[in-house]
Amino acid sequence: MSSPDTPMLQARNLTRHFGAIRAVDSLSLHVGRGEIYGLVGPDGAGKSTTLRMFCGLLDPDEGEVLVDGLNPVREAHAVRDRIGYMPQRFGLYTDLTVNENLYFFADLFGMTGRERDDLMEQLLHMTRMEPFRNRQAGKLSGGMKQKLALMAALLHRPEALFLDEPTNGVDPVSRRDFWEILHRLVRDGLTVLLTTAYLDEAERCHRVGLMHQGKLLREGSPASLRKALPEACFRVRSANPRPLLQWLRVQPGVTSAEFAGDAIHTFLPREQSALAALHSGLKAHGATDIVEIEPSLEDVFIVLVGSRSQGATAAAGGAS
Amino acid sequence: MTAFLRRTRAIARKEFLHILRDPLSLAMALAIPFFMLLLFGYALSLDVDHVPTVIVDSNRTPQSRDFISHLQGSRYFDVIDIVESYAPAEQAIQRGKALVVIAIPSDFSRQIQLGNSVDIQVLLDGSDSNTANIAFGYAEGVVGAYNATVRAVFANRRGAGDVAPAVDVTTRVWYNPDLKSKNFIVPGLIAVILQVIASLLTSLTIAREWELGNMELLLSTPVRPRELILGKMSAFVVIGLADASFAVLVGRFFFGVPLRGSLLDLGISVLSFLFGALCWGLLISAIARNQLLAYQMGLLTSFLPSFLLSGFLYAIGNMPVPIQAISYIVPSRYFIAILKGVFLKDIGYSIMWPQLVFLFLYAALVFLVATRRLNQKLA
Amino acid sequence: MSTTSHVAEASVSAPAVSIQRLTKRFGDFVAVRDVSLQVARGEIFGFLGPNGAGKSTTIRILCGLLEPTEGSATVAGFDVARQPEQVKQSIGYMSQKFSLYDDLTVAENIDFFSGIYGVARHLRAERKSLALELSGLTERQEALTRNLPGGFKQRLALACAILHEPPVLFLDEPTSGVDPIARRDFWELIYQLSAKGHTIFVSTHYMDEAEYCNRIALMYRGAVIALDSPTALKRHLGGSSLLHLDTPDLLKAMETLSGVDDIEDVSVFGGGLHLRVKDSQAGVAVTRRLLDAAGIPIHRLEPVEASMEDVFVSLIEAEERK
Repeated sequence: MSSPDTPMLQARNLTRHFGAIRAVDSLSLHVGRGEIYGLVGPDGAGKSTTLRMFCGLLDPDEGEVLVDGLNPVREAHAVRDRIGYMPQRFGLYTDLTVNENLYFFADLFGMTGRERDDLMEQLLHMTRMEPFRNRQAGKLSGGMKQKLALMAALLHRPEALFLDEPTNGVDPVSRRDFWEILHRLVRDGLTVLLTTAYLDEAERCHRVGLMHQGKLLREGSPASLRKALPEACFRVRSANPRPLLQWLRVQPGVTSAEFAGDAIHTFLPREQSALAALHSGLKAHGATDIVEIEPSLEDVFIVLVGSRSQGATAAAGGAS
Repeated sequence: MTAFLRRTRAIARKEFLHILRDPLSLAMALAIPFFMLLLFGYALSLDVDHVPTVIVDSNRTPQSRDFISHLQGSRYFDVIDIVESYAPAEQAIQRGKALVVIAIPSDFSRQIQLGNSVDIQVLLDGSDSNTANIAFGYAEGVVGAYNATVRAVFANRRGAGDVAPAVDVTTRVWYNPDLKSKNFIVPGLIAVILQVIASLLTSLTIAREWELGNMELLLSTPVRPRELILGKMSAFVVIGLADASFAVLVGRFFFGVPLRGSLLDLGISVLSFLFGALCWGLLISAIARNQLLAYQMGLLTSFLPSFLLSGFLYAIGNMPVPIQAISYIVPSRYFIAILKGVFLKDIGYSIMWPQLVFLFLYAALVFLVATRRLNQKLA
Repeated sequence: MSTTSHVAEASVSAPAVSIQRLTKRFGDFVAVRDVSLQVARGEIFGFLGPNGAGKSTTIRILCGLLEPTEGSATVAGFDVARQPEQVKQSIGYMSQKFSLYDDLTVAENIDFFSGIYGVARHLRAERKSLALELSGLTERQEALTRNLPGGFKQRLALACAILHEPPVLFLDEPTSGVDPIARRDFWELIYQLSAKGHTIFVSTHYMDEAEYCNRIALMYRGAVIALDSPTALKRHLGGSSLLHLDTPDLLKAMETLSGVDDIEDVSVFGGGLHLRVKDSQAGVAVTRRLLDAAGIPIHRLEPVEASMEDVFVSLIEAEERK
């Protein structure tokens, strides 16, 4: 059992191989109580593997992971009693109704009688799934399946919740409901570790860890991650963006220039002079709207990974 | 209720719901035994009747014709032609029109009158050795009976009083006097049916949960592997027992196979066999992780051995020694021995206990291995 | 990338894709509901919506793989119901779920697709080298496809889909699960193809990806609930504006601000709240007043540009209210 000071979830130098591939490479992180931590990265980055090691579904090859002070390798059952897990494919039984699925998992978790019934009512009400109690899980929409999976994971009042890409492909209204529910639960003390491939979703977390090829590149709150880049981010609009982009990329001092939607995001040193030097060139190439914006996490990721693959640059070396 | 029981019961209840809501699988589980019984019990008969026969009568006397009428009267022989020389008879065999040629020598009637033994030649189409062997046996039987009849008539005519008939050719067959093949097929069939159902149903269930992603979630809950296995088994045992009862009833009342042993003995042996067979299916399902592979493994390791190596249709004693050795680890072998004993012989466990012990041990071993294999890690 | 390709088509001025009142039913379930739209030649058209909205079904109909229940559609001038074979020859298709054979090499995959798309023999070598260039795999032809790093599979799949130079391309969730760098590289390719005259029809459930398109159609429960350029859609958030609020006490703020007259919608977004208001200034004033009164501290309160998700949610909620 961990004391109030020690983090709820800890990973220390976590490493896991699958054959020759290092799925997770010396990963260390910690999540405090009542925190929503998002592990972000593309497919194959090692997010799901990390999550599974926390749940005790995979054993690490090196390093260790602790859930509330307990080690899932040695104390698997104690850990399972305290955690809820939502795998990527939800794992529900499509030919069983919502109720039947919930009763089933309640039995597995040892929840019985009045306590179970009350909790089920609460959860059904919170997720607004009461009208769908008797519908077969296979006939629910994506957003409703997600809610059902969440309820099943919460039936035993776990202390930590592990969600693997929970809102993948779900409609935005359901996604909002989902996040609202999460925030409510977290306010009541739940700790959440989730994975996602979408950086925009990462913005909703308290803290974010950016993963790439098994390694944790950077972690922190979304705000601090954005500020951690030494450069300033500018959004440039133009009627003819492609030549502008190509021109920008070859300018000295421009660390990066990329398309982002219908505009160009470019990173320049923070000094005023940097922008001024480019001003005339930008105008010459048809730039209409040049405004400093806060970089998105996607921009942060690109700069971090881009700089890694190019070797050490100011971006990686300067940031602390 | 302890957590163990509660979780096991939850698994069992869920499995029942799955079964009930998958009418196709349920229908198969009941239809397959039905069709197997129909096919093997009814349509397939190992009995040999109406063997097409050509008779070569070199004697052509009322005596020989009397003998021929005995052959014609027998249900085993279908006399399609009576000829006077070998050539057409051999042709008939070569062309496949006849399976058997019975040749009556030219001195048949004289030898009979002299009281000597007569050599009747029986020519067989060896390309179907099974039928040929059986036909030879029948021929011997008919000849022998005729021999006895003649001697009895002859002796009485001569007034020699009680004449001991010639050596009785027909052997008395113990326990299955009519040699009705149904009587030894049906008990074996019950074993094969149970084996098929057990491996079919169970080999898919865990693999399906792996494929659909249910297993990953299950493993993250407090449920233990043995609860998973026992829970799933409870549901399938019910189906297995239903199928077994169905097969026994059909065997007893439709095919007329006698059921001489006690139902309790039958029930115990069915349960212990089912337990082992179901565990084996679950083990395969846990190993295979996808339904296609699980199905193929199930077919290979349970259905085929139980069909070919258990003594169901083919006598184990006739197999090459290495294959016989393999049959020792085929549980159906022991189960069929028990079944035949219970059905046809009414023998108790005082005789059959080694077979029962094997079934128990097998079930226990497979259960342990399956539990171990379904460990709670994904990899 | 080097040669301009001649993209053949039935007629230059006609729309590349034209859909009229398209409906598709599977038994009782209506997968596509009365969809009508047109896509111009060279346009990058996005189909945005959650899983189950009907995007894949619509694309399959346009590819000639499913028959419409009602309505009609033409692709590259050919009717999808009556001329499916001509349609198939005029399109390229790339799907997230499957495009390439993992156990074949890069070159073998290209050869295979050349074959099935019926690329003329004398053109195969040239197209092959173009494809390799496009996907950046010229040096890695003999690599097994399964061993390719993330974004390269996508690019190769795209390259294979255009071996026969189809005028219209359908991409079904092409960048699912790829890292942002690979995604941007991929979209660079799409821009290049669009510049060459290919019409590109992309479906995605990833809201932000819609911003890369010229125009998008928002699909929800089988119907198109909006159709315009991303900028126009964001501007017309039902005529409302969006405020971003950062506060330490999210839920209490939410409760305080919900149901208030000037604030249309309150939702959790990022570490804060998004407030949808009729008028920015009035909205800011009302919010400050309420939160001060409730003693809830304000770290940041300012207008922000709506994201595609905000647009979508407000549209869905409008639909639900109907």
